[in-house]
Amino acid sequence: MKGEIDFGDKNTVPNDFIQTLVMTKYASLDYLRSRRFFILLIISVLIGILLTGIVAYFRPASFLTSSLSFYSSWWSMSVTFIIILSAVFFGGDAISGEFQNKTGYFLVGNPIKRSSIYIGKFLAAFLFSLIIFLVFTAITVGNGVYYFHSSGFPYQFFESFLLSILYIAAAMGLTFFFSSLFKNSTTSIIITVILLLFVFSLLQTLVGTLAHIQPWFILTYGAQAISNVLSNPYPPAVVSASIAPHAAFSISSYYVRLGEGVIIMLGYFIITTIAGLFIFEKKEFN
Amino acid sequence: MDNYSIVVQNLSKEYGSFSALSNLNLKMQGSKCVGFLGPNGAGKTTTLKIFTDMIKPSKGHIFINGIDVNREKKKALKSVGVLIETPEIYPSLTEREALSMIGQIKGIPKHDLDSSIKKVVEKVKMEDWLDKKVGKMSKGMKQRINIAAAILGDPDIILLDEPTSGLDPRGMSEVRDIIKELKNENHLIFMSSHILSEVSDICEEVAMINHGKLLAYGKISDVVSKFYVEKENVVELSFVSDLRQSSIKAISKITGVKKVDTIDDKRLNITIEGDQKKQAEVLSSIVKLNVGLISFKPSSGLEEAYLSAFKEVT
Ligand SMILES: Nc1ncnc2c1ncn2[C@@H]1O[C@H](COP(=O)(O)OP(=O)(O)OP(=O)(O)O)[C@@H](O)[C@H]1O
Ligand SMILES: [Mg+2]
Repeated sequence: MKGEIDFGDKNTVPNDFIQTLVMTKYASLDYLRSRRFFILLIISVLIGILLTGIVAYFRPASFLTSSLSFYSSWWSMSVTFIIILSAVFFGGDAISGEFQNKTGYFLVGNPIKRSSIYIGKFLAAFLFSLIIFLVFTAITVGNGVYYFHSSGFPYQFFESFLLSILYIAAAMGLTFFFSSLFKNSTTSIIITVILLLFVFSLLQTLVGTLAHIQPWFILTYGAQAISNVLSNPYPPAVVSASIAPHAAFSISSYYVRLGEGVIIMLGYFIITTIAGLFIFEKKEFN
Repeated sequence: MDNYSIVVQNLSKEYGSFSALSNLNLKMQGSKCVGFLGPNGAGKTTTLKIFTDMIKPSKGHIFINGIDVNREKKKALKSVGVLIETPEIYPSLTEREALSMIGQIKGIPKHDLDSSIKKVVEKVKMEDWLDKKVGKMSKGMKQRINIAAAILGDPDIILLDEPTSGLDPRGMSEVRDIIKELKNENHLIFMSSHILSEVSDICEEVAMINHGKLLAYGKISDVVSKFYVEKENVVELSFVSDLRQSSIKAISKITGVKKVDTIDDKRLNITIEGDQKKQAEVLSSIVKLNVGLISFKPSSGLEEAYLSAFKEVT
């Protein structure tokens, strides 16, 4: 025996929460320095500038009759687009990249649970989507206050704002799920984009408009609460119309209730996150 | 589990009907280096990946310090340093940030983190690159950081999968020195490698695997004698400069020299027929050839054993 000092248990491995935050910290650093973040920031600022210019130059009546109609016209389409883009940009390859780029090999062999890696990266992606979203919100509110002064902030907009944040979580949950399902980054990104931008709205048309079934299982349907709350009065649950008088063929439009929208988005967030965590836990690095 | 650091029990891994690993049993303990040898596709990386929960076994268990990796990975790998295949690091992070991330995950206290990082980057000779982005570094430089990450926090057990791959000759020799040093500081090192001279230089023991089955495990000399009987007659020769083909030919023509195998540009293994007296004659003839002989030593026989072991099976 050498006369060495025994330091005993040198390092105590931190608890899961702290390790998750360590992952968030370094994944954030990676996002902050990524080209994607700046591209997305530029895209959302450009959309903001474009809308600002249109409203200032053309003074469209749909924007300027009331503060509520202003937000309804400005916010409804643009914000969901920006949210989908952020979810895809930050989440589309968050987990698949760990396999494809082999960065997972640097992490997974350490004393850390895979769920801490997943959740840590999720928090970072959520945080950066939130930054993009808040920048766009600031531009929106700036315009609203410019045209409507103190009445430029109706409570419905606040509701819509909170619903949007919930939508970020749900859309991010979905993209993380797909990025954990595939080992190839391109595949996971493309599937998510196609789903969020095309398949969901196609399904909604088929199921809702043509088959007259409320499309409660479609995320983008739930997210329509973001724009519905900005309508005064809130649109009716369903509107059916015949194409021609006495025709057998009719179409329906479903308008998601506020509560339903919350449940759909929350449901997507919870289910996709649990499923994504489960898949990542089982997935093999080879 | 007694006091074994690593216990492998009936470990198997199947990919469909293909068996990448079958019924592997292994127990390791103490402060030493165990080389893990086998041809391409033998199952070395597969084994190491199961050790670190990167893939799940189809059957069997692996216990590290008595804890089942598959059940309690975080606890089992508490004091294990790992380098498997060639990991990549988030390219936008600097070397310091990448190592801080691993250090924080391992739980190195804040006030020790800087000094711990400094210690390992000095060992892998990467101290001048601490604040450079990893994405801009060469393959070998990244591998040095991977080694630094594996030994960061002074883990008791170190698992390495071909650690010197991609390194320049100096890097290889530095890594060998690091491993020798760790071994003397009370670490267990389990290392796969294709470089037999490296393994015989730094390891006390070897495990040989082929087609997913363990062929032998034990002290190098025991494994060698299991597969190779003529060990005593093989001598490793080192030369002052690169050998010319004509010199090699001249050596092979000396009476008593049965076989000449090149190890590298400056080293040969020769097999000598006959007793020790004959051996002395052969060596003095080589000296007389004036081809720059600087040393000779009995070969570990590992290369011969390797060749004969894997010839028998395949
Ligand atoms: N995902 C997989 N699906 C099917 N077979 C696989 C898979 N991963 C590995 N294998 C097979 O398992 C066997 C063992 O592979 P492994 O990577 O462990 O070999 P190795 O000993 O590390 O070889 P090398 O010296 O080339 O690194 C190989 O035959 C390989 O083809
Ligand atoms: Mg391998």
